[in-house]
Amino acid sequence: MALFELPEWAALAPTFVLAATSLALLVIDSIDPDSTNRPMLAGTATTGALLALAVTGWYLVAGVGDPNGRGIVSLFGTAQVDGTVFGGQLVVDQMSLLFTFIFASVTAMVTVASYDYLRGHSYQAEYYSLVMLAATGMSLMASAASLATVFVSFELLSLSSYALVAFLKKNRGSVEAGLKYFLIGALSSAVFVYGISLVYAVTGSLQLAAVAQAAAGTELVGVLGLGVILVLGGIAFKTAVVPFHFWAPEAYEGAPAPISAFLSSASKAAGFVVAFRVFTLAFPFETFLDLGVDWVLAVQILAVVTMTLGNFAAATQTEVKRMLAYSSVGHAGYALIGLAAITGSNSEIVLGAGMMHLVVYGFMNTGAFLFVALVEYWDVGRTFEDYNGLATRAPVASLAMTVFMFSLAGLPPFGGFASKYILFMGAVNAGFWWLAAVGAVNSALSLYYYSRVVKALWFEDPSDDVGKVGIANQPVGLYAAILFAAVATVALLPAFGPVSDTAVSAASSLLP
Amino acid sequence: MIIETLMAVTFVGSLVAFIAPDRYAGELAFGISALPLVGSLVLYSRFDGSGNALMDGGQLAFENSAEWISLGAYSLNWHVGLDGISLPLIVLTTVLTTLAIVSAWTPIDERQSQFYGLVLFMEAGLLGVFSALDFFVWFVFWEAVLVPLYLLIGVWGGPRRKYAAIKVFVYTNVASLAMFIGFVALVFNLPVDTFDLPTVAQSLNAGELQSPSWTSASALKTGAFIAMFAGFAVKVPVVPFHTWLPDAHVEAPTPVSVLLAGVLLKMGTYALLRFNFTMMSDVATANAEIIAIFAVVSVIYGALLALAQQDLKRIVAYSSVSSMGYVLLGLVAYTTFGVGGATFQMLSHGLISGLMFMAVGVIYNTTHTRMVTDMSGLADRMPITVGILIGGAFGYMGLPLMSGFAAEFFVFLGAFRSGTISGAPVFTGVAMFGIVIVAGYLLFAMQRTLFGPFRLDTDYEVGRAPLHDVAPLFALLLLVIALGVAPELFFDMIRDAVNHIPAVEAGVGGGH
Repeated sequence: MALFELPEWAALAPTFVLAATSLALLVIDSIDPDSTNRPMLAGTATTGALLALAVTGWYLVAGVGDPNGRGIVSLFGTAQVDGTVFGGQLVVDQMSLLFTFIFASVTAMVTVASYDYLRGHSYQAEYYSLVMLAATGMSLMASAASLATVFVSFELLSLSSYALVAFLKKNRGSVEAGLKYFLIGALSSAVFVYGISLVYAVTGSLQLAAVAQAAAGTELVGVLGLGVILVLGGIAFKTAVVPFHFWAPEAYEGAPAPISAFLSSASKAAGFVVAFRVFTLAFPFETFLDLGVDWVLAVQILAVVTMTLGNFAAATQTEVKRMLAYSSVGHAGYALIGLAAITGSNSEIVLGAGMMHLVVYGFMNTGAFLFVALVEYWDVGRTFEDYNGLATRAPVASLAMTVFMFSLAGLPPFGGFASKYILFMGAVNAGFWWLAAVGAVNSALSLYYYSRVVKALWFEDPSDDVGKVGIANQPVGLYAAILFAAVATVALLPAFGPVSDTAVSAASSLLP
Repeated sequence: MIIETLMAVTFVGSLVAFIAPDRYAGELAFGISALPLVGSLVLYSRFDGSGNALMDGGQLAFENSAEWISLGAYSLNWHVGLDGISLPLIVLTTVLTTLAIVSAWTPIDERQSQFYGLVLFMEAGLLGVFSALDFFVWFVFWEAVLVPLYLLIGVWGGPRRKYAAIKVFVYTNVASLAMFIGFVALVFNLPVDTFDLPTVAQSLNAGELQSPSWTSASALKTGAFIAMFAGFAVKVPVVPFHTWLPDAHVEAPTPVSVLLAGVLLKMGTYALLRFNFTMMSDVATANAEIIAIFAVVSVIYGALLALAQQDLKRIVAYSSVSSMGYVLLGLVAYTTFGVGGATFQMLSHGLISGLMFMAVGVIYNTTHTRMVTDMSGLADRMPITVGILIGGAFGYMGLPLMSGFAAEFFVFLGAFRSGTISGAPVFTGVAMFGIVIVAGYLLFAMQRTLFGPFRLDTDYEVGRAPLHDVAPLFALLLLVIALGVAPELFFDMIRDAVNHIPAVEAGVGGGH
C-alpha cells in the first residue's frame, strides 16, 4: 500500500537524528565559540530529541519492527534471525523503538530543563552535544544485536556520561562524583568486555542468536558461565543493581540534577534493554539451564536484594536527591522481575511488564529529579526539612512532585500503579508469587519515604529561609519539563493500552 | 457517556480551581461543582435502570464499556454504569460536595484555590467509585480519593493534623492492600478472564470457584471474605477498626469532615454491599451472627463513646460509628427492608451527619470553641443556626417524617424478622437501644450548649452567622425532611436493585 518504500537503514532514523543533532550543536558552537546562545543551543537539542521522538512514535504506530506489521528490520544483511542490520549487528524491532521512545522523551525533558539550570555556566554547547551523544549511544544499545555493538554503544553512552556528571567543574561534589563514576565505570567496562571475550572464546560468535546456537552443547561450560556472569555484572553496573550500585547515589547526588534525571531514567533503561535482549537471545535460559549455567537464579537473587536494599537505604536518607538515588536502585529491582520470572508460563507478560515499568519510570523519575533541579535552581537546600512548605510558594510544581512521588510508590491513579500492578500480577501468573510478594512489600514500604517528601512540601510550615525569596521566579523551561512529565505520568494510566500492547508484543518476539 | 462527562468536567474543573487566584476560588469552585450537581440530577431524572448492577435480569443505566488494557488472557475494561444502589450515592456526592464548598467559604482562609481544587478532585474520584463496574477501574478511583483526603487533612487541619493525616493514610492503605489481595486471589481461581465485577459476581454466585492448589475453594472464599471485610470495615468504620476516625474528624477542617462522614464512609458500606454481601452471600449468611455482633457492638459502643465526649465534633464523629452499625445490621439481615434500609441509611446518614458537622462548624466559626463545657445559651445569639442544628439532631434521633426515621425504621423492620441471624429480635432490640443513647447524648449536649443563659468567655462578638454559612444547612435540612416525608423518591429504585441480590431474591432472610 505504501506509495514508496523507505530503504532499510531508514529504520534507524531516530538514532541518526540524535547523532546529527549532537554534531549540529558542535557546528553551531564552532561558528561562534566565544558567545553562548542559550535559546539556540537548548532549542536545537530539544528539537532534535522531539524529532527523534516523533519519528519513533510514527514507526511504532506504522508497525515498523512489528512481526505482524512491517516486520523486524535488520541492517547489514540478515544473519540467522530475521530482521537484523549490519550482518545482524543492529536490529530495529518493537523493543528498540519502545526504548528509543523512552530515551527521546527523557532527553527532550532534560534538555528543556537544562535551559534554566545551566544559566551562567560555560561550555553549554558541549553539554548539549554530550547529552545527545549519550542518547545516541542509548538508542544504539536498544538496537544492538551483537555483543560488539552492545559494547561500542555502551561505551559511547558511558564516556559521555562521565563528562556530564563532572560538568560542574567548580563544584567539588560534581568532580568527585564524576571521578568515582569514571573509575567504577572503567572497571566495570573492563569486566564487561572480558565477559564478552570469554563468551566469544567459547562460541566463536558475537551475534546474539549465533551465540545461543553455538553455546548449545558446548563443553567449556565453566568459561561460558564465567563469561555470562561477567556480562551480567557489566549490565548490573549500568542499571545500578545491587551490589554494583554504590556509584549511583554519589553520581546522582554530585551531578547536575538534570543529568541525574537523565542517568537514573534513560541510562538505566538502556542497561535494561541490553539485559533483556542479550539474556533472551544470546543466553536463552533453556539452553543455559541444560548446560548448568543458571543465570536466572542469579537474576532472581539480584532482584530481591536490589529491591530490598534500595528501599531500606532510601528510607534512611536525609537528602531528597539521595533518597531518589536509592529509590532508583529499588526500581531497578522491580524491573529485574521481568527477567527473573522469565522461566514461568506467560513470561511475555512479565517481561513486557518490566519494559512498561521502565516507560512509566522514564517520566515519573525524570520529573522527580527535575523537581530537585528546580529546587536547586531556587537554591533552597537539599534536605527534607529544606523542602518544608514549598507548596505554599509553588503549588503547581509541588502538585507535580506529589504526582511523581505517589506514582513511584505505585498508588493509583497514576501510571506507576498500572505498571507495578501488571508487573506483580505477571509474576504471580508466571508462578513467582514470592517475587511479587517481595515487590509488593517493598512497594508498600516505599510509601514511607515518598510520603515524607509530600509531607514536607504540603504539611510543614515554611522556614524563614532567606533563600526562599528566589521562589517568586518560575523558570519556564524547568516548569515546562516538570509539567510535561506530570501530565504524562497521569495520562499513562488511561492511555496504558498502547504501551502494554507494544511491550507485550515486543517481549513475545524475544521469547522462543 | 453522561457519567464520563460528569467525571471529566469535575476533574478538569479541579485543575482550573487549583490554579485560580485565591480571591474568588470559593465562588469559582461553587460554580464548577454546580455542573456535576446538575448532571447528577439529569442522571436521576433520566434514570431508566432496573435490577442490580452486578446481576443478570436488569438493565444498567448509562452503561458504557470499552477495552482498556489487554494482557494475554486477561483484559481490563473501562466499565461504568448505575443501578438503584449507586445512583442515590452519586446524587449524595454531588449535593454534599457543592454544599461543603459553600460551607468552606468562611473557615478556609488560606490557600483557598488549592483547597477547592483538591475537594473537586476528590469528588471526581468519588463519582468513579460509585459508578465503576470493573475492579481495576474501581480500585483506581477508590485509592484516588485517598490522596486529596490526605492533603486536605494534613494542610488545612487542626493542631494535630499531620498525625491525623498520616493515620488515615496508613490505616486505609493497609486495609486496601488486604482487600486487594483477597479479591485478586478469588478472581485468579475463577474461570473468568476479566476483572469485570458483574462477571465475577455472577461466576461466584454460580459456585464456579475452583480450589487452588494450597487450600479448598470454600476456605479460599472464607479467607477472601475476611480479608475484604476487614479492608472495608476500616473505611466504614466498624468497631474495632474505627480508631482513625475521631482523629481524622477532629483535625479535619469542617468541609472535609462533612465529606468524610457524608460520603467517604459510604464508600466502605457500598463496597461491603457490592463485594462481600452480593458476591459472597453464602459466607455472609453462614457467619451472620458474628457480623451482627460487629454491627451491634458498633452501634452501642460508638454511642457510648459519643456520650463520653466533650468536643461537639467528636460527639458527631462517634455517632457516625454508631449509625454505620445500623447499616451493617441491615445488610446482614438479607431482607428487602434490611438491605434496602441499610442503603437508604447510607443516603440519610450522609445528609444528616453532613448537616451536623456543618452546624458544629458554623458554631465554631463564631465561637472558636467546640467544647460543650465552654459555652451555653447559644440559641440566644444564633437562633437560626441553632434551630437547624436541633432539627438535624432530631433527624439523628429518628424523629418521624425525617429521613433518619425512615432509614432506621426500615433497618429494624428488616432485621427483626431476619431468617439469617438466629436470635435476630435480640440483636435488633439491643441495636434499638442505641437510639436511646443517641437521644441521650444529643439532648444533653444541646441542653448544655444551646439553652440557658448565654455564657462564653470571649473578647469578641458572638453574633449571627453569615447567610452563606446558614444556607447549606437549610438546604440539607430540607432534603432530610423531604426524604423523610417521601422516602420513595429513592427507596423505590433501591428496593428494585436490592431485590435482585441473589440471596435476597431467594429469600434467605425471609422475604421482607
